[in-house]
Amino acid sequence: MDFEQWNGFLGVEWRESINVRDFIDKNYTPYEGDGSFLSGATERTKRVLEKFESLKAVEQEHGGVLSIDTTTVSSLCNYAPGYISDEDIIVGLQTDEPLKRGVNPFGGIRMARSACEAYGYKLSDKIEEYFTYRTTHNDGVFRVYTDEMKSARHCALLTGLPDAYGRGRIIGDYRRIALYGIDTLINEKQKDKACIGENYMSADNVRLLEELYQQIDFLKKLKEMAKSYGCDISKPASNAYEAIQWTYFGYLAANKEQNGAAMSFGRTSTFFDIYIERDIKNGTLTEEAAQELIDDLVLKLRCARHLRTPEYNELFGGDPMWITESIGGMNLNHKTLGTKSSFRILNTLYNLGPAPEPNLTVLWSHALPENFKKFCAKVSCDTDAIQYENDDLMRPRFGDDYAIACCVSAMKVGKQMQFFGARTNLAKLLLLSINGGIDNMFGTRIGPQMEPIKTDILDYTEVMKRFDTYLKWLCRLYVNTMNCIHYMHDKYAYEKTQMGLHDTDVERLMAFGVAGLSVITDSLSAIKYAKVKPVYDENGIIVDFETHGDFPKYGNDDDRADEIAQDILVKVHNELKKTPAYRGATHTLSALTITSNVVYGKKTGATPDGRKKGEPFAPGANPMHGREHNGALASLNSVSKLPYSSASDGISNTFSIIPDALGKTEDERVDNLVSILDGYFLNDAHHINVNVMNRETLLDAYDHPEKYPNLTIRVSGYAVNFVKLSKEQQREVIMRTFHTTV
Amino acid sequence: MTGRIHSFQSLGTVDGPGVRCVIFMQGCPLRCACCHNPDTWDFSGGKEIDTTQLVAKVLRFRQYFGKNGGVTVSGGEPLMQADFVAQLFKELKENGINTSLDTSGCVLNSSVRKLLDYTDIVLLDHKFSDEKSYFTYTHSHLSDAEAFLSELDKRGIRTWLRRVIIPGINDDEESIIKLRETAKAFPCVEKTELLPFRKLCIEKYEALDIPFPLADVPEAGKGTMDRLNTILNGAK
Repeated sequence: MDFEQWNGFLGVEWRESINVRDFIDKNYTPYEGDGSFLSGATERTKRVLEKFESLKAVEQEHGGVLSIDTTTVSSLCNYAPGYISDEDIIVGLQTDEPLKRGVNPFGGIRMARSACEAYGYKLSDKIEEYFTYRTTHNDGVFRVYTDEMKSARHCALLTGLPDAYGRGRIIGDYRRIALYGIDTLINEKQKDKACIGENYMSADNVRLLEELYQQIDFLKKLKEMAKSYGCDISKPASNAYEAIQWTYFGYLAANKEQNGAAMSFGRTSTFFDIYIERDIKNGTLTEEAAQELIDDLVLKLRCARHLRTPEYNELFGGDPMWITESIGGMNLNHKTLGTKSSFRILNTLYNLGPAPEPNLTVLWSHALPENFKKFCAKVSCDTDAIQYENDDLMRPRFGDDYAIACCVSAMKVGKQMQFFGARTNLAKLLLLSINGGIDNMFGTRIGPQMEPIKTDILDYTEVMKRFDTYLKWLCRLYVNTMNCIHYMHDKYAYEKTQMGLHDTDVERLMAFGVAGLSVITDSLSAIKYAKVKPVYDENGIIVDFETHGDFPKYGNDDDRADEIAQDILVKVHNELKKTPAYRGATHTLSALTITSNVVYGKKTGATPDGRKKGEPFAPGANPMHGREHNGALASLNSVSKLPYSSASDGISNTFSIIPDALGKTEDERVDNLVSILDGYFLNDAHHINVNVMNRETLLDAYDHPEKYPNLTIRVSGYAVNFVKLSKEQQREVIMRTFHTTV
Repeated sequence: MTGRIHSFQSLGTVDGPGVRCVIFMQGCPLRCACCHNPDTWDFSGGKEIDTTQLVAKVLRFRQYFGKNGGVTVSGGEPLMQADFVAQLFKELKENGINTSLDTSGCVLNSSVRKLLDYTDIVLLDHKFSDEKSYFTYTHSHLSDAEAFLSELDKRGIRTWLRRVIIPGINDDEESIIKLRETAKAFPCVEKTELLPFRKLCIEKYEALDIPFPLADVPEAGKGTMDRLNTILNGAK
């Protein structure tokens, strides 16, 4: 292949087949300097931002939803073009007006209907009627769910399953559109389809052929959608503006097609930088204009909205989209992948103000240039809006062109996809096993049936033996449930646009998850090292515990407790692997709860660690708050011991520290944060959210939300507007450990 | 060798340069009115630990220390267990860890001299600039602290002078100028820090049932600190 748009670019491989990684590798300009070259927001950017902010304020006044188009089913070409203002540079909105939400019932019509009703709208009769003749993903799943699966779901042993909404967590390689143009991508897919057609027509091959048909169909629609905005994307992008615009069109199309739980953006800034550098060298672009392009892209990403029910929003704190963009990292030749555009995209947090989206994620390596590390640390101290993941841990597994989906999950861009699997509640499973298969919150009988443990003091060996039995049972059920969900999602809500931007021969991951890791760890530690006396209700069911004596607690760098947590992850992962996953997917696992740690806690009885019935869990892999007695680094050490090899879907840790505890001056704080991040990741930790703030700020925002419309905090793999959290979640966040001075 | 420590904090960023582990020793002969760790006074309190255990604990955090960080031993008064701290610092130095001592400088004997052999940085709490106030508010002597400072200077040990500013007691211009003069007179002093008096410790006093002598004194505000820092930096 050769195109005039590629003039000045080096390398051969990427011209011969679709290979964005090779294009980046041969053409990018690593940057080791500091941020002093950066430009502020232009007057145009400020005007468009002001318009966006005022729309957002009205949206907030209307209870979180500005308006809904109830008569159109969201898809690539179903809306007239929409704009924030006539000064938009990067164009494209999900519907015909900014922040107006479309309806996407393919995941489930009930969800769409009740979301409309919750905000005072009614789904049009036209759509209602259309979907009486159409099977949704949700319909499909419930046709095949077994009674046991329904029970596990009902008593919240398996929770947040993507059986009524889009599974998301798939990242199209949107960059391909800019590099190759849509015609080449369609052409390649047609070749793949012809090739598959040569094979024996097994069920797998027939399915793949139909999927390829759909992919090609939607790539054509994507071209049509771009045309409605006056852009011809058939050929490669010829400059930085087009590269960003073409890429964004890909993301926009995916968002119009799918109401996915997490719709991440990928790893684009260094890709864009190649075009920006070329334009700057040609004299056709200035630094100010380059920043303006990135600012406008980010502003468009901040416009992304899906229509979801208030219950969903309550679970996740506002209506996050997880538009995760991965920044930095090193390449396989030990050169930084950071470029000036890595700085530019972080700089949007200054130019446009802090915000939760896009979910800016720094891929941290010990070898990153000091200047970049310091810039990131400064952004953390100033905005609390970014998170860090360990590139040195992920690169050996995923190469140097992976991106983060959702909060913490790495995937090779365009080469791997994942079947998202929410999580199972381990604290509840422990209670279920000591009660012999009855859930003490819902009264549900589920799993192997036996008598509740009847000893005066719980015996560790006996409890573990039981737990292992129930874990074995649960893991099989969990994989089977996921297999049903994803079979049906592929069948009825297949991600045509996103998968069209993947290799046809894609590698699949199935991402399982655990909640309540610190609760079960401390509970088992209490049983092992202290005396735990079960308390029975009138029916002989264990409903509470009396714990006497002290016991080692996770979060203190005490191996006795930390090893329990490590063992559990290894055990769960090993058990999951015993049941094959749909489409030959690789089983992965995460310790990540998002903000749903509050809801999981609510549905879980008292635990032997002293946590009372209904009290929140700690988020993700965090130690329980108030149990860390050896300072922040000890807490980080405990988390860093969790084995990534058993939890390669991610181990999420949210770290809050008051500014005074990080150093006396801004320079000291930045340097110390860099040291902490270096140390944490050198210890093989996977992920960290950093909040540098005082609890008093949150307390004030709790009482006076109107004063803090843009207060952004990291919660668990993503950031939220603090004031959009429910009061209960706000209280939980305030309760969390803030590392202070000693 | 074993010693008595009050506690171990894995992350300290305000007691010496960089990211540091802070070890609080148990026991102190001084009775500073502004002390925020009254729970470290009693020589029989705390817990016993040996240097090997403590070094092993510190080493778990060495990845975080970066170029400037390390270990700070505070208290209590670390000089009261100088043999122990000397052994600890010796072992830390053998592992390439930067050592810092947070002290009042109240003793200078052969054990302390040996400790200084293994000390990279001293954070010297220079509480008052005149002997009378020094004795009134600490039950100890300024002359001891100054003798200690001379020893540090003789050895060329990096020294940070630190003083807690207590409103109405040592927040006058004259005492800051004296502090500035002291810093100037000893070339080993590379930094002088003024720390605002805070009353977060009041709960500790209540729990120990010890009257807090400065209960009625207000905390030092930002205005006071800015003013005194301007004076302090005037000549340096």
